[in-house]
Amino acid sequence: MSSNTVKKQTSLAGLAKSVVRKQIFIPIAALLILVLFNLIADPSFFQITLQPNSEGYNVLSGNIISIIDRASELVILAIGMTLVTSASGGQDISVGATIAIAGSVVLRVLCGSNTRPDTLQAPVIVAFIVCCLVSMLFGAFNGTLVAYFKIQPMVATLIMFTAGRSIAAWINNNELPVISDPKFAYYGNFIPGIPIPTPVFITAACLIVIALVLKFTNLRLYSQAVGINPHSSRLNGINPQMIKFITFVILGLCVAVAGFIKVSRLSTINYSVVAKDIEMDAILAVALGGNALGGGKFNMTASVIGAYVIQFLTTTLYKYDVDSAAISAYKAVVVIILVVLSAPIVREKMGEVKKKLFPAKTAKEAA
Amino acid sequence: MEKNSVLEMRGICKYFPGVRALEQVDFTLREGEIHALMGENGAGKSTLIKVLTGVYHKDGGEVYIKGIDKPAVIRSPQDAQNVGISTVYQEITLCPNLTVAENMYIGRTKGLLTNWKKINADAGKLLDDLGIPAIPGQQLGSCSIAVQQMIAIARAVDMNCKVLILDEPTSSLDEQEVAKLFKLMLDLKKKGVGIIFVTHFLEQVYEVCDRITVLRDGKLVGEYVIEDLPRVQLVSKMLGKDFDDMADIKSESDTENIDYSSTPVYQAKGLEGTTGIKPFDFSIHKGEVNGFTGLLGSGRSECVRAIFGADKVNGGEVLIDGKPVKINKPLDAMKNGISYLPEDRKRDGIVGDLSVRDNIILALQVMKGFFKPISRAQAEEFADEYIKLLNIKTASSETPIKSLSGGNQQKVILARWLLANPKYLILDEPTRGIDIGTKVEIQKLVLKLAGEGKSVTFISSEIDEMIRTCSRLVVLRDGKVVGELKGDELTQNKIMATIAGGES
Amino acid sequence: MSSNTKASTPALKKMFDRKTMTDTRVLLIITIAVFLIMYASAVIFLGKGFSKPQTFFNILNENAALIILSCGMSLVMITGGIDISVGQVTALCCMSCAVHLDFHNGSVFTALLISLGIGLAFGLIQGFLIAYLKIQPFIVTLAGMFFAKGMTTIVNATQFNVENEEFKALKATRITVPGMGSVNKAGNYVPAYVEIGVIVALVIVILLFILLRWTKLGRGFYAVGGNNQSANMLGINVTRTKFMAHLLCGFLAGIGGFVYFMHVGSGSPSHASGAEMNAIASSIIGGTMLTGGVGNIVGTLFGVLSLSTIKNIVSSLGLDEAWWTNITIAAMLCIFLLVQSVVLARKNRKKA
Repeated sequence: MSSNTVKKQTSLAGLAKSVVRKQIFIPIAALLILVLFNLIADPSFFQITLQPNSEGYNVLSGNIISIIDRASELVILAIGMTLVTSASGGQDISVGATIAIAGSVVLRVLCGSNTRPDTLQAPVIVAFIVCCLVSMLFGAFNGTLVAYFKIQPMVATLIMFTAGRSIAAWINNNELPVISDPKFAYYGNFIPGIPIPTPVFITAACLIVIALVLKFTNLRLYSQAVGINPHSSRLNGINPQMIKFITFVILGLCVAVAGFIKVSRLSTINYSVVAKDIEMDAILAVALGGNALGGGKFNMTASVIGAYVIQFLTTTLYKYDVDSAAISAYKAVVVIILVVLSAPIVREKMGEVKKKLFPAKTAKEAA
Repeated sequence: MEKNSVLEMRGICKYFPGVRALEQVDFTLREGEIHALMGENGAGKSTLIKVLTGVYHKDGGEVYIKGIDKPAVIRSPQDAQNVGISTVYQEITLCPNLTVAENMYIGRTKGLLTNWKKINADAGKLLDDLGIPAIPGQQLGSCSIAVQQMIAIARAVDMNCKVLILDEPTSSLDEQEVAKLFKLMLDLKKKGVGIIFVTHFLEQVYEVCDRITVLRDGKLVGEYVIEDLPRVQLVSKMLGKDFDDMADIKSESDTENIDYSSTPVYQAKGLEGTTGIKPFDFSIHKGEVNGFTGLLGSGRSECVRAIFGADKVNGGEVLIDGKPVKINKPLDAMKNGISYLPEDRKRDGIVGDLSVRDNIILALQVMKGFFKPISRAQAEEFADEYIKLLNIKTASSETPIKSLSGGNQQKVILARWLLANPKYLILDEPTRGIDIGTKVEIQKLVLKLAGEGKSVTFISSEIDEMIRTCSRLVVLRDGKVVGELKGDELTQNKIMATIAGGES
Repeated sequence: MSSNTKASTPALKKMFDRKTMTDTRVLLIITIAVFLIMYASAVIFLGKGFSKPQTFFNILNENAALIILSCGMSLVMITGGIDISVGQVTALCCMSCAVHLDFHNGSVFTALLISLGIGLAFGLIQGFLIAYLKIQPFIVTLAGMFFAKGMTTIVNATQFNVENEEFKALKATRITVPGMGSVNKAGNYVPAYVEIGVIVALVIVILLFILLRWTKLGRGFYAVGGNNQSANMLGINVTRTKFMAHLLCGFLAGIGGFVYFMHVGSGSPSHASGAEMNAIASSIIGGTMLTGGVGNIVGTLFGVLSLSTIKNIVSSLGLDEAWWTNITIAAMLCIFLLVQSVVLARKNRKKA
């Protein structure tokens, strides 16, 4: 009997240990800490209510809803960024700028030549498809530089990072089109009668698609293999350049969806502000997910959770009246704590300290 | 410390998580001797050397160096340099972006500023003395690998060291360069430098060494004077068992029954690569084991790479089972039933961070196509099957391949290509840098595959290995096929003569 | 090797000697050539302002801080790292100095100390995290950038001009360049001038050139960037070398911050925004490779000059809209990257 319980305990300890070692532990732990902090500080944080919005429909509101809603673009970008990181061993820093392009394209198609049309000049679906194509084209441009000209991803995408917002402004002749048709705003806000924000559905759809893609194709194996050892991948019949290129095109698609949501939220665009610094958040999401920024193995779920953690943190800070510009300082502190705690060297040192502090316990564990 | 010894290591221990890499190892190096450090892969040679050079920190034991009363504290390569230990590693450990001269002097000049004139002049003189074809101001990356290795040796030699460690320095050198190196070693020996020489080539050991220390499984087997230890005994000491099953592998096979009149499985006519090989004809039949041989750089690897489409092919015709096909990239070759185990395992073979399982299924997966992933359960099955079949030593199929030993990594790559079920298997140096036990296993496997009706091309730098396994040898010299040997012609002397050229 | 012909133009000959051509030198030559061609054609085709020496010195005046930041960036890039915090550190330095001078009645000297202190602190912490805890430089400096950005707003959220007299005098100090000048519309001779920041920047360029060319530390940067395992085996303390590179970069960001402050004379959260990307772009145009081990401070100087010359050319073509500048810079960056990629690929193929 007693030996039985001992066994159970050790297996539990073993389980805890294996959980701690899992990559996904980092973002989940971060999420739990944030949840715990809010629970202690103010449980009303988690309150969700059904309230009429400005248009008179009953919609869900509350911090949690707003986190899930606001994180949409980031989550979608994190999907593409994870793939790019894995295959190319670098990051795309142009996503914020290309979101501006994508949004600008949507508005341009919907508005035609008039900047303030009374009716939409084209069906929304057409605008969306054009936006996808254009974004994939820019993704392909980045992908070509990285895959075929062998320029480091960060440097290659520096080009679009610099030019992107200018191109976005140029698409609309530097004017700011506004769409008055409320139907366009459905995609970034609420569809009448449905109390859940539409971006949540769009994000869910993206997550399902990527899950299916990872399940029914070899994208995961190929991009990991290419990221770890391109020479060997080539000799196994994989075309490393093609895979890198494809990941950038996929990221382009993610950018299109994110850009579409962004403009739909406001029904207009501000070229220099829209999706500002989102590239940094997207990269952070990948890093928070415990994925090596040097490429190779990746865990998509961890990245997605990482994205939600970032939004959770932002919303929490907003709640405590932190200035929106000052938020980044707090974010930085959190990030540093996280990466320091997950650094292998620090973990090793902590293990040693633990051994010294609790020699008896570790000895038992070993036995 | 003994009177004439320059280095003594006593009771050295080193542990890695889950592994006792070194257990109570003693090692003594005397003044003016060349001391071979022998052992199979994983015996602890490299670990011992890395402890000595400060790359690893030892977990127990002491190191004494001549002229220092206390045990020496070596915690970094710089400390090692300071106490008079210089090292040449198997891999090039120089910086490709710096000039030749700078690579020879960086990290060991006195004073705050670099005197470019002086180091260029000194380097020029040293390069001349040693007959190394390089210019001091040249960027190191633009030299050939062999020259880079010689430069690394020049750097080590010039340090006025008491102890010189050569860790497999000859693997990228050709015969002349090896001769040059040996002359240099003998000169240094006369000056009283103690040299530790690690190599896989037994002949080289018997050519220059005075003593041998043998390690096995992280433990010391013994120290021997070279005259007292014949080759056979050395091998048996390294393996820890008497070794006689190497001689009779061939008799198990019956490669004589090949039907040479049938359509060849693979046939190339005038195949021309872009990597400096002349157009060549080649064919292989069902159940045949052939070999490509020649000196390093003769084009033997380039030939098989051209067959597999690993390098760009310029022209020529390829027939598979008599039907013409185009092979422009590895995938084409794979789809036509050709597999290729590359020469450079670390660079071209393994995908380090991926699990053993993923590494095994990789080739089959790619052949099946992007949209048809192998299910997890099936992949597990394949992996377990081949781990058992090839006796791969791994904790589980989830273990990243990079944490396996060299021999086991090679077996995983073999498993990958066996799983792809090829008609024609090309093995480029499958036995390089792995222990003798695994070598024999692989040779046996090759013959077994041939018996099952597969065609195999086997390449090895060790001629006796080729004689044991191959029924036909294609000999190359300077990128050109210069001969084909069969049956009775497959003798060491005949092969050497054909490789060297000028045969009557 | 005929020594007679070599003696006639040894320096040039050595510079272009095929055999001893290093990657660093190839890229440096391209950079300088492109800058000279670009400036010359601006003078020929656009004439106007470009032939006046002051136009050139204005480029220097406006970009003194960027030169300093880019130098720091080149150092870390040579070791194979990156520092994307420099722009926001500059903003933080400006804001802190401005607040110190105007709200706390501080002196210019203590403001300088504050600026240097901030830079040094960033360098120290980031360097420690990157070198000793081995965390990826991109993530660490990304956090640094976020932190500096947030801190700037926390120190003061709005833009304001500094009214401190002592500082205004310093800001207005002009150093005339002897022998250079032009005649203005009224017919008076106006000597060309540079600001103090330019002198600081040029001194830093010279010091760093010496550091990289001759000192152990500088050569260590190259070795570590080339192959850090090899560098370790060659007896170089890789950890300390990386630490020093980031420390220096942070310190230079502090100096750059003060120089920027002297130029603009105000504090604002939006100061120097995007400067890190300009610094990276300048370093790349100047022939530093992000993979490490290749680069030259002189090249970086020319990189900054090329970048700002193209900006001037664009605006003097009458394309005033801000977006044109960005698009041309991006296009230029693109061309440079492609040229680098092609040149190095060809060079590498030749030796194989």
